[in-house]
Amino acid sequence: MLRGKLSLRAGNFLLDSGPFEIDTAGVTVLFGRSGSGKSLLLRAMAGLDPHTRGHLHFDAECWQEGRWRLPTSRRDIGFVFQDAALFPHLDVRGNLDYARRRAPDATAASVGAIAEEVGIAHKLDQDVGSLSGGERQRVAIARALVSRPRLLFMDEPLSALDWRAKGELLGLIETLAATTGVPILYITHAPIEVERLADRVVFMADGRIERVETLREALARPDSPLFDEEGPVSVLEGELGAPADNGLLPFVTPGARLWLVGGGGRRPGAARLRILARDVALALDAPGRVSILNQLAVTVERVEPASGGRVTVACRLGDGQVLLAQVTGWSARTLALAPGMAAFALIKSVALME
Amino acid sequence: MMEVFGTSISLEPIWLTLQVAAVTTVILLLLGTPLAWWLARTRTRWRMVIEAIVALPLVLPPTVLGFYLLIALNPNGVVTQFLRGFGFEGQLTFSFTGLVIGSVLYSMPFAVQPLMHAFESLSERLLDAAATLRAGTLDRFFSVVVPLSRRGFLTAATLSFAHTVGEFGVVLMVGGNIPGRTRMVSIDIFDHVESLAYTEAHVLSAMMLTFSLVVLTLVYGLNRRFGVKVG
Repeated sequence: MLRGKLSLRAGNFLLDSGPFEIDTAGVTVLFGRSGSGKSLLLRAMAGLDPHTRGHLHFDAECWQEGRWRLPTSRRDIGFVFQDAALFPHLDVRGNLDYARRRAPDATAASVGAIAEEVGIAHKLDQDVGSLSGGERQRVAIARALVSRPRLLFMDEPLSALDWRAKGELLGLIETLAATTGVPILYITHAPIEVERLADRVVFMADGRIERVETLREALARPDSPLFDEEGPVSVLEGELGAPADNGLLPFVTPGARLWLVGGGGRRPGAARLRILARDVALALDAPGRVSILNQLAVTVERVEPASGGRVTVACRLGDGQVLLAQVTGWSARTLALAPGMAAFALIKSVALME
Repeated sequence: MMEVFGTSISLEPIWLTLQVAAVTTVILLLLGTPLAWWLARTRTRWRMVIEAIVALPLVLPPTVLGFYLLIALNPNGVVTQFLRGFGFEGQLTFSFTGLVIGSVLYSMPFAVQPLMHAFESLSERLLDAAATLRAGTLDRFFSVVVPLSRRGFLTAATLSFAHTVGEFGVVLMVGGNIPGRTRMVSIDIFDHVESLAYTEAHVLSAMMLTFSLVVLTLVYGLNRRFGVKVG
């Protein structure tokens, strides 16, 4: 739990978080446009800026009180910077050892295990200058984990990477969050990263924390800043199965089964599906012969007007998860869509988040 | 005495010069490092003033600096009287101490500027990263700043040493020309020329020339190879 209120002036920009209380378990994403003060808030929370004022508590421990601040080196945190910030005078092993020598009860064996898990075990003797962008971030993540942090800060760790490396690292961060149990505070301005990783979202604008919500809450409100780019989005949680005889991958939630095309070697297990509302159509009768694979029985919960004469229809699946559909106002009137109605959601395309 | 090309040369000035240069270099690294660090990081307006003061010996005639030092350090001056209060008994002018004080001030820019450039080119991110890995202030300095600025330190040390070896005006004003006590090589050469002992002057001058050339070649070689800036 992070509790406090921080302010920090950087040039003409003023960060004034307002009082906040953030449960840190799992992955917390700080989301906002560039220039909203996300990075500055993260630096202030990490104690990296001596001009920070206000107060901050991590659980029962005081990290900042007025001008006084607990030095970063004594906060037991890890930090992954946008540009990795690897020490250029040390090789990969040297960078990891730097963290190990200063961490309580970290052993050479734990360094090896972490290097293995993060996928850099074969790079240990390389010069950091010879690594690709993705490898550099992997080393930075490994170095932070070796120091056994109680809280791991990540400041847009993927922003400098190409899409392939981005995808691989997102998967890695998701896995590490689950296996290590280290709470993560993650900055991004990409909704897709929020939807993939977040347990809760801290929305920031103009140097203030606007609100703190669970991912589900954040996706449930039609005006969510997460929808600015591609319109409303639903995220379904479920289990990915092994490929079936028809060559498709089953994705099962307690109330529904979806079929996915491709999914490229993704291992079965817990997964999230991302569905754009504009890819979902609604029918009141069970559709007969159509090419759309995924047809789910839903109950209409809310009908809300959206921009451009369209309406957003929030539908509830059998297990209570929400699926958003976007249809024209004219369709909504013709079908007389109203809360409580039974309907079928036809999903044109589904993306497995990876 | 030593025989060089059949000319006997007194070793005392050479030995004294090396001692003054060595002590000066050590003191300059100890004083110059925190000063250069402060100059590289501070955002105060005073930075310009301090930088200018540090750079003064580059433009000031050495005799001017030497003259003021002579006034400040004389046995009845404030500095000596102040030190007497702590039981100091010697005198600052015309002594080894005076030579070192003069040399430290005179060679200051040659230590501070390379260090400052090295510290300025150091990414703040790396220090932040070290802090998040539990490195405290001193730990960060020795485990990140020093190894990444080692060429700055090398340049600072080499230039301070060489510049001290080559000074004349300041040491003459502050130290005078006492054989065995304050007569350094440059003064010795002047002395030989004055007394028309050109052979001795030739030998000593050639030694100085070779020494300076070797040192500068070394410094520029290092810089070319590692791309380090020197002030």
